[in-house]
Amino acid sequence: MERASTYNDRVVRQFTIMTVVWGVVGMLVGVIIAAQLVWPALNFDVSWLSYGRLRPLHTNAVIFAFGGSALFATSYYVVQRTCHVRLFADGLAAFTFWGWQVVIVLAAITLPLGLTQGKEYAELIWPIDLLIAAVWVAYAVVFFGTVALRKVSHIYVANWFYGAFILTIAVLHIVNSLALPTGLLHSYPAYSGVVDAMVQWWYGHNAVGFFLTAGFLGMMYYFVPKQAGRPVYSYRLSVVHFWALISIYMWAGPHHLHYTTLPDWAQSLGMVFSLILLAPSWGGMINGIMTLSGAWHKLRTDPILKFLIVSLSFYGMSTFEGPMMSIKTVNALSHYTDWTIGHVHSGALGWVAMISIGCIYALLPKVFNRESMYSIKLIDVHFWVSTIGVVLYIAAMWMAGVMQGLMWRAVNDDGTLTYTFIESLNATYPFYGVRLLGGTLFLVGMLVMVYNVWMTIRGSKPAEQTVIQPA
Amino acid sequence: MDLPTLRGLFTLILMIAFVAIVVWAWSSKRRKEFDEAARLPLEDGPLADSGGAGCKTATGAGEKQS
Repeated sequence: MERASTYNDRVVRQFTIMTVVWGVVGMLVGVIIAAQLVWPALNFDVSWLSYGRLRPLHTNAVIFAFGGSALFATSYYVVQRTCHVRLFADGLAAFTFWGWQVVIVLAAITLPLGLTQGKEYAELIWPIDLLIAAVWVAYAVVFFGTVALRKVSHIYVANWFYGAFILTIAVLHIVNSLALPTGLLHSYPAYSGVVDAMVQWWYGHNAVGFFLTAGFLGMMYYFVPKQAGRPVYSYRLSVVHFWALISIYMWAGPHHLHYTTLPDWAQSLGMVFSLILLAPSWGGMINGIMTLSGAWHKLRTDPILKFLIVSLSFYGMSTFEGPMMSIKTVNALSHYTDWTIGHVHSGALGWVAMISIGCIYALLPKVFNRESMYSIKLIDVHFWVSTIGVVLYIAAMWMAGVMQGLMWRAVNDDGTLTYTFIESLNATYPFYGVRLLGGTLFLVGMLVMVYNVWMTIRGSKPAEQTVIQPA
Repeated sequence: MDLPTLRGLFTLILMIAFVAIVVWAWSSKRRKEFDEAARLPLEDGPLADSGGAGCKTATGAGEKQS
């Protein structure tokens, strides 16, 4: 069979498997640091096992290794199917896979060693940053090259979201990582003071908006209609959703810097844009969930659809919570407390992880030439274990966070603080236990997935799939 | 022109752009193109069987690969 007439699913398979592997690794590190907060002795007085070094390893592993691999896998799958063409430049696509894995391995070595730039979610040192930039440019060439070669005139909406994610992350990564190296392992950032903080959170919030949102909305716009067996609820709404979301997200970053030395007008601007963001976020959520209208009964029998639809519900919850927390008066209570951690995990576990897991279950048998996953029942088990895990996690962190905020701001009649910091920490202790339990359940779900995936691909003989003609 | 006026104008331009996108998207001329576009993910048959009724309609199970 002529090569150009088949899809390049090799790179999809590679990224799919690594999504599961890095998911387990990243979440395991998360469980370890959650346990360290309950039993601090678990760092064994070894510097590279200390919380401060493992925490960035956890965030990098779950966001960029797990989430990133899921985005690579699904975007390569979706762009080929919706453009009716084989992926552009097989060699470059292979480079994005191996390059990305090298980045992850280097991160796993340097972060525990304490080598960091000190920027949250952009910790990696400059030589790794250069490799990331090279991989990302190659990713953009492969993706947009494929779109350019498409056999249909229209560019499907999922590809718009993936495209915005790829372009924006390139800009964010390069601008935020600008630095002057002083040696192989050390550099000074190009910015200083409040400008550095503003650039960092322009990056940080748009990493949420474009890496953790736009990219995964691309997944949503392909896999929800696909799994429900019907077109998206409103294609017109998806167009407005896209333009509104990408133009507003860009300006919301300052809400990470409320009550700091950032000028007051910039804080208010960030707050207003964060509030407006509710509209496109919920527009997208409604569009995804309503795709099921007339087919709600499928939710009873299809655990993959359960993952997808529940992830959209968590997306709706956290995109309501986010704007609310960006209001300065609410932020005065929530900032620096565990409420923020709860909010992040409602998005990261509930939305990002669950939609990725659902998509991987849908995709994996298809690219490994199987009729279905080894066990549908185990997908259902995974769904319930992880849902209970997320709920325990975020409920514990909400309670802990609000309690901390109230204790920290309480003052006596004479103006002195009612509680010492250690008293608030003491009161938080039981909630750290519940959080550990929730996180462990989520990890157990991932191990169920590993077994199911292993049994599905064991002995499989992936076959080349023919590019189908546009209808 | 001073800065506040420019800012006001910019806001106005963005509002007009938003309304223009909405009008463009909801125009009846777009209907056929959008309906076809919305079917793009469904053209290559269902994904793997996962217990959903819709996935069993075509061949009784997940699609066989060629």
